[in-house]
Amino acid sequence: MGSTSQTAKAGGGRLAALTTWIDDRFPMTKMWKEQVSEYYAPKNMNFWYFFGSLALLVMVIQIVTGIFLTMNYKPAAADAFGSVEYIMRDVEWGWLIRYMHSTGASAFFVVVYLHMFRALLYGSYQKPRELLWIFGMLIYFVLMGLAFFGYLLPWGNMSYWGAQVIVSLFGAVPVVGDSLMEWIRGDYYISDITLNRFFALHVIALPLVLVFLVIAHLIALHEVGSNNPDGVEIKKVKGPDGIPLDGIPFHPYYTVKDIVGVGVFLIIFSLVIFYAPTMGGLFLEAPNFDPANPLQTPAHIAPVWYFTPFYAILRAVPSKSMGALLMGAAVVLFVFLPWLDRGKVKSIRYRGPLFKFFLFSFAISFVVLGWLGLQPATPLFTNMARFFSVVYFAFFLLMPWYSSIDKTKPVPTRVTYHAH
Amino acid sequence: MRTKLLILAAAFAPVAAFAAGGGAHLDPANADVTNKASLQRGAANFVNYCLGCHSAQYVRYNRMAADLGLSEQQLIDNLMFTTDSPHQTMRIGIKAEDAKRWFGVVPPDLSLIARSRGADYVYTFLRSFYADPAKASGWNNTVLPGTAMPHVLWELQGIQEAVWAGEPDAAGDVRHEFKEFRIATPGKMTVEEYDAFVRDTVNFLVYIGEPAQLQRRALGVPVIAFLVFFTLLAYALKKEYWKDVK
Repeated sequence: MGSTSQTAKAGGGRLAALTTWIDDRFPMTKMWKEQVSEYYAPKNMNFWYFFGSLALLVMVIQIVTGIFLTMNYKPAAADAFGSVEYIMRDVEWGWLIRYMHSTGASAFFVVVYLHMFRALLYGSYQKPRELLWIFGMLIYFVLMGLAFFGYLLPWGNMSYWGAQVIVSLFGAVPVVGDSLMEWIRGDYYISDITLNRFFALHVIALPLVLVFLVIAHLIALHEVGSNNPDGVEIKKVKGPDGIPLDGIPFHPYYTVKDIVGVGVFLIIFSLVIFYAPTMGGLFLEAPNFDPANPLQTPAHIAPVWYFTPFYAILRAVPSKSMGALLMGAAVVLFVFLPWLDRGKVKSIRYRGPLFKFFLFSFAISFVVLGWLGLQPATPLFTNMARFFSVVYFAFFLLMPWYSSIDKTKPVPTRVTYHAH
Repeated sequence: MRTKLLILAAAFAPVAAFAAGGGAHLDPANADVTNKASLQRGAANFVNYCLGCHSAQYVRYNRMAADLGLSEQQLIDNLMFTTDSPHQTMRIGIKAEDAKRWFGVVPPDLSLIARSRGADYVYTFLRSFYADPAKASGWNNTVLPGTAMPHVLWELQGIQEAVWAGEPDAAGDVRHEFKEFRIATPGKMTVEEYDAFVRDTVNFLVYIGEPAQLQRRALGVPVIAFLVFFTLLAYALKKEYWKDVK
């Protein structure tokens, strides 16, 4: 494969001259080599390793479609709803841009949740990847903020009341709760002022933070190296040339592989955009096709699906402040995983039955809580939400215990890989 | 693990029952936005019977005409009774405060009604008016009890009466449970004709809810066909490269 350096040597052409000119002034070739063509990734990375590059792809889709939406959207209470319909009807390709953005929001959470679950499966948060994991969690928090602020912008009735409910959670903070809510809204209720500031946070403040965090996440990843389904550190076994024996250059091997993932992802993404853009009310909720009406509450307020596991936990607790606290804990506890996990092995392949039991109970509880969060809170559902909340928290809080006494299997020194 | 699954299964069992119940029973509208004849009839119904009080402020006349296969002259002759120009949207002359005085509420804009309520809801709603002398308008509706909307289509459907199951109580109130409708005074249309009339109208409402849906579904085919081809190509490329990895 023709790397940049070879081209430069063989060349004498204008492109080579330009490359040299730039390299004398900016470490272009050096960075390309370090980060891509001579970044050695384990050769046994499987299906679960598609979701990092896919998250990056969705981020680009969101930024590009977001820029085009901003060209026609009006962040004012009187105009916002109408401007979205203007985009949907009168702007050339506006409907496609808007559906890409609304579907992209859900797709972002789908790939990020799968990406995070991969880390739980293979212990990717463990030493030496703690900081990588923390950057990832910060990205997730920013994503939640982006989704929340962005959801108000169409100024539909669910936008309005969803924002009302989530902002009111800050009222659970003792003493300063009410002032805090006022400070967030910039008003005594969700108003034009709130919409305007949420717009600012959604289109510039948080995207900037997101991009910086993604860069930090990638730098940290390339510093420590990728984990793999065996949880084996490939840097421990190097050849005479100093290259890990189980490592292959990210480019071209994983670039060509990730493009296959991109293709499959885009097929599914397109199926949603062209044939189910509302996803039966999951991605775009029916009440949000009514403009915001401060006097009329939708029959049933539920956040968008990606927040519903936490919403179910909130509703499961009788006391509002306690519920808000637990909901916050359900999100923040992930950050502490590297220190809660006392396991001696990383990958699920070599973990014992206890870890497997708790991890899969956790996964089930996450899905069931997500479903419950979309349902009306009947007594049966509330009790179910309580049960699964306990399962959810048990995964984290009992981890120091079960991960340390679990019977693990011996970890090989090299990765398992079958050439195909 | 197994007990957990059992608990799960037990917990889910009643869910189906919950999902089936709740709210008035809705009849399927079976809207089909690819049926242009139906959309054209629906457009005529809409401008004749709805557009007097309800606006469709996001719907542009000439775009609608183009999507429905009508020329601008056909549009002006058949679907436009105001002095609006074809590139304007479907607005109405009633002032909001007047409407509020006359009906108690401002009649909602119908651009997105099929998206916010669903086609089945609108279809059932328009067929569920019944005479109710207790109401100021003389009409009530089983889908939206107490609705401020009078039955503007009564000449077509006729006058329906609601039949309630259950015995009269001390106050003479027999409204325990709705049983069925009975046509007290026949209208200009038979039941089948009226249902078809409403179906066309709802079909039009589904179309104006998202005018791009016709193009959207059509565009999906080539896009996905290309992506499948692209993915197969990418997979072949990946296999070729990965031959080297032992």
